[in-house]
Amino acid sequence: MSTVIILSDFQGGVATKTTAELATVGARIGDVCAVVLAPVGQGAAMAATIKQGPVASIVIVEANEFAEHGVAAVADALAQVATSKSADAILVASHAFGKEVAGRVAIALESGIITDAVDVAGDKVATQLVFGGSTTVHSTVTHGIPVITLRPNSVEADLSPSSAPTENVSVTISDNSKKSLITSTEPPVKGGRPELTEASIVVSGGRGTNGDFAAVEGFADLLGAAVGASRAATDAGWYPHSHQVGQTGKTVSPQLYVACGISGAIQHRAGMQTSKTIVVVNKDPEAPLFEICDFGVVGDLFAVLPQATSSIAATKS
Amino acid sequence: MKIAVCVKQVPDSWAEKKMVDSRLDREGVDAVLNDLDEYAVEEALRIVEAHGGNEEGGPHTITIITMGPERATEAIRKALSMGANDAILISDSALAGSDALATSAVLAKTIADGGFDLVICGTESTDARMSVVPAMLSARLGWAQMTFASKVDLDPAASTISITRVTEAGVDTIKASLPAVVSVVEKINEPRYPSFKGIMAAKKKTIETRDLATVGVSPVSAWSEVKDAALRPARSAGVIVTDSGDGGSALATFLAEKKLI
Repeated sequence: MSTVIILSDFQGGVATKTTAELATVGARIGDVCAVVLAPVGQGAAMAATIKQGPVASIVIVEANEFAEHGVAAVADALAQVATSKSADAILVASHAFGKEVAGRVAIALESGIITDAVDVAGDKVATQLVFGGSTTVHSTVTHGIPVITLRPNSVEADLSPSSAPTENVSVTISDNSKKSLITSTEPPVKGGRPELTEASIVVSGGRGTNGDFAAVEGFADLLGAAVGASRAATDAGWYPHSHQVGQTGKTVSPQLYVACGISGAIQHRAGMQTSKTIVVVNKDPEAPLFEICDFGVVGDLFAVLPQATSSIAATKS
Repeated sequence: MKIAVCVKQVPDSWAEKKMVDSRLDREGVDAVLNDLDEYAVEEALRIVEAHGGNEEGGPHTITIITMGPERATEAIRKALSMGANDAILISDSALAGSDALATSAVLAKTIADGGFDLVICGTESTDARMSVVPAMLSARLGWAQMTFASKVDLDPAASTISITRVTEAGVDTIKASLPAVVSVVEKINEPRYPSFKGIMAAKKKTIETRDLATVGVSPVSAWSEVKDAALRPARSAGVIVTDSGDGGSALATFLAEKKLI
């Protein structure tokens, strides 16, 4: 039986849904070995939070170097575990940290790498959506152990209960992986809203907000959605760049994307057109985004959004 | 101090992109300097300007390094017109279709041989969007990885660097001794527009073209392969209503019917 190494994904010491998604995809290929890289003394507690997903075994590596040296130390350890377990594939979450880890692991193991997969089949063929989601690509790794990063929220996770046996493994982090030192770490400023790339609903505002995001935020909060913005809005300084959706910003693929006052240039479409359902609110009936929406309202977002907000609030109460 | 800025020429991010023979069609579209690399060029300029400058005879130099076809000189000229000193273009027909592993190997060898102290990159290219090359450069060179920087502080005398790293996972403060590989996020600065003087000066700056043999790297085929690529079916417009006082209610009804709320 093949062995698939997944790098378990945690937030605040608790395994995320992404970990179950990685396990779900990995189990199509072979037995899933979830690697938990933890600070000294916290490995068992973190491993115990992996309660869902088809995980066959858990390898715990405890070292304070992970927090001190970040990506390089994590990649070093993951490559060593993959080698010792004779892994047939390595799956990592496709966020900034995960992709950098995967890149370094690919070099350490002299293996090909595929990033931003939205699915991986049992024969290790990865599916990617490229060029802003306009094109579907199937790719394989042709050399070494396939290193593949999987976008969060792309596959339906198998959430069946799991209590896999754990094993503690020690590794030696090389000097080359300790060249940078992390002196302080602050968690992301959440603002009570979900992370843009992980949210199942995203409500975005553009030029049409004229800088007033109150209606957009009000609607987003009612739906438990993340707030996005077009490049026009972030360039104008109306909303932080970290919320920009588009070619030079984040790529999102939520269940529902609500674009408010966004005309929908290719630049923006590239970041959101793989959303399952697209809703557009815009005063301009000629806005290109209307061409790809499932439901559109030609109207003033400052009238439409508050009405929709109070209407939905009424049915919820 | 010698700074290398790695850049890429990419299809204009406002252009429609398509695949031809399982590769991105680069011929039929306008090619520009990768948007996100402009921030890297700008940051290099700001660093040298804060520490004595890169004028001729000055203490620092900025070299643009890119891998690509001959026409990539257009993107290089943009970076030179912003104020970089010179450039190296690695161009070889054997590099067509290279993956990030091959790209990072070629860039790393060029950087190692060039005696650089600091490499600055954008976080990703707007075409492939992998954002792995800076981390790969760090791994190959054995230099400190200082990526996703929203702030860079350099101390040339102490030969140290510190950055603020910003990702969805949070904000880290990271320090290291040089040499280091830095990638910068777009919120770090506002790239300057080339001045007329800069554009004229760039025409006289040296772009050295090297083939793979000159770099000293053997050609390696990509370690991943596109099996097939297909345009996704175009989305067609759904129901569009014009607001006449009940648009918001119609929207709420649609979402309820689709069980999205």
